[in-house]
Amino acid sequence: MAITKVCGIETEYGIRVDSPDDMSPTTASSLLINAYIARLDRKVGWDFEDESPGRDARGYAREGSMPPEIETHLVNAVLTNGARYYVDHAHPEYSTPECSNPREVLVHDRAGELVLTRSMEAANRLLPAGEEIVIYKNNSDRKGNSYGCHENYLVDRAVAFSKIVHELTPHLVTRQVYAGAGKIGEEVPYAGQEQAFQLSQRADFFEEEVGLETTLKRPIINTRDEPHADAQKYRRLHVIVGDANLAEVATFLKVGVTALVLAMIEDNFFAGRDLRLASPVAAIRAVSRDTTLGTKVELASGDRLTAVELQWELYDRARKYAAERGLEALGDEEVARRLLDRWEAVLQGLESDPQSLSDQLDWVAKLRLVEAYRERHGLDWQDARLAALDLQYHDLRPSKSLFARLAMERLTDDEEVALATTEPPATTRAYFRGRCLQRFSSSIVAANWDSIVFDIGEDSLRRVPMMEPLKGTARHVDTLFEGCDTPAELLRRLGS
Amino acid sequence: MAERELKKRPTASREATAVETETEAPPTTERGDRLKAEIDDLLDEIDEVLENNAEEFVRNYVQKGGE
Repeated sequence: MAITKVCGIETEYGIRVDSPDDMSPTTASSLLINAYIARLDRKVGWDFEDESPGRDARGYAREGSMPPEIETHLVNAVLTNGARYYVDHAHPEYSTPECSNPREVLVHDRAGELVLTRSMEAANRLLPAGEEIVIYKNNSDRKGNSYGCHENYLVDRAVAFSKIVHELTPHLVTRQVYAGAGKIGEEVPYAGQEQAFQLSQRADFFEEEVGLETTLKRPIINTRDEPHADAQKYRRLHVIVGDANLAEVATFLKVGVTALVLAMIEDNFFAGRDLRLASPVAAIRAVSRDTTLGTKVELASGDRLTAVELQWELYDRARKYAAERGLEALGDEEVARRLLDRWEAVLQGLESDPQSLSDQLDWVAKLRLVEAYRERHGLDWQDARLAALDLQYHDLRPSKSLFARLAMERLTDDEEVALATTEPPATTRAYFRGRCLQRFSSSIVAANWDSIVFDIGEDSLRRVPMMEPLKGTARHVDTLFEGCDTPAELLRRLGS
Repeated sequence: MAERELKKRPTASREATAVETETEAPPTTERGDRLKAEIDDLLDEIDEVLENNAEEFVRNYVQKGGE
């Protein structure tokens, strides 16, 4: 039986500074995060003990590959909801806490947007009148620079990495039909003709099938092997090939279907037609460039399928998987059933009339908006006003966001999203992390994904390891916290 | 080869769902008119909120790579 697909999303946000001073994006990002955490009682920093982003899942590092550097001197905080909020290079980045089902990830991804929006408001109150920091949830500056939205999934270490590569790649290449955030134009020339609109913000930036890099020669399957958990038992599959979505249906499907496909891979449920693509990198660009969805991609077998047809094949297998094996691996069977229904309805919509999904999917919503605006003003695709509209779709300022003006379908409500900015998910170790920070932050020196370090006034610091992502849940630790008034008492009860 | 043939879409169950949706939806022209009115309002709003100097705004939106 596949292990529960604990998952989360890390989003690097775009940042623009409107100021006569030459404030660097790194400084602006620090100001932003500091302005937010200044509201909190006490800042708890990140513990870099277990960071090793250069480790490769294939068991070796290719010569010349470039693992990302860790910048320990930049702002880096852990929030009481179990999330990590930090400066990554020149961007503010928000990593949701570990969640145990796709809907929970969606709620925490939205909570991340709210944290960034509040940060922006807090930071702008500190700036002189007329100066402003503006945040965008997108992935490209339209000039060839991309920043990521990465998903993470807990995978059984026993599954061969090459099997994941073969069986997951066709899904990652084709899921952009619903998970693409839409982009006007292109940043990498392709097929010798000017491109008006693409499904994906990120497809332009993928050049390899498999690899360790995240900033150059980006691979469709990233091999970073940094489980942040018991490395004997688990992998953390680091998926870097997605767009940052604003549409809730898109985020739900992006994470949910990927988790489901991974569960099927883990349970050896990929019998049937071999869906391996002849050329995944060419295919991801070709699919992104066809808003009519008619382009067929070639499989290694020689068969040719559209992206939607390939998704139907995955869907049919998933229905069969659900019937024969159940949906336990998705953390919540009711959520998983809704996921399957939504996936089916969206594929139907894509097949019959993509416009019918303009209140559900980012790329469809954006394309509809752009087309209407272009028609009204008689604009060329190259007109700067369309490019501005593309960027402003992702603007997080409520007064400027174009996304916020569309009546997009919600799967969450405002109350649960607001709550998720401070409350951790109850069903993973993020719960223990969050509760510890809520209760005992003045005794916590540092925390990271798999441990918390306490200073309870003894000679040495005490590290509490959390190597099991599915332990430390509300069910496991609520009684532990009951009537526990000091961190020393907590540690005593933990027996450490 | 039969096994390589694409499956026909939609299948029976999908067809049933599609029919249901059709009967529930308002007549196409009405829906079309409503959508058009909606987007017209939205476009009016966009004219008001779109960054003033689009060309300069787009040119100045430069991000360092991340990840």
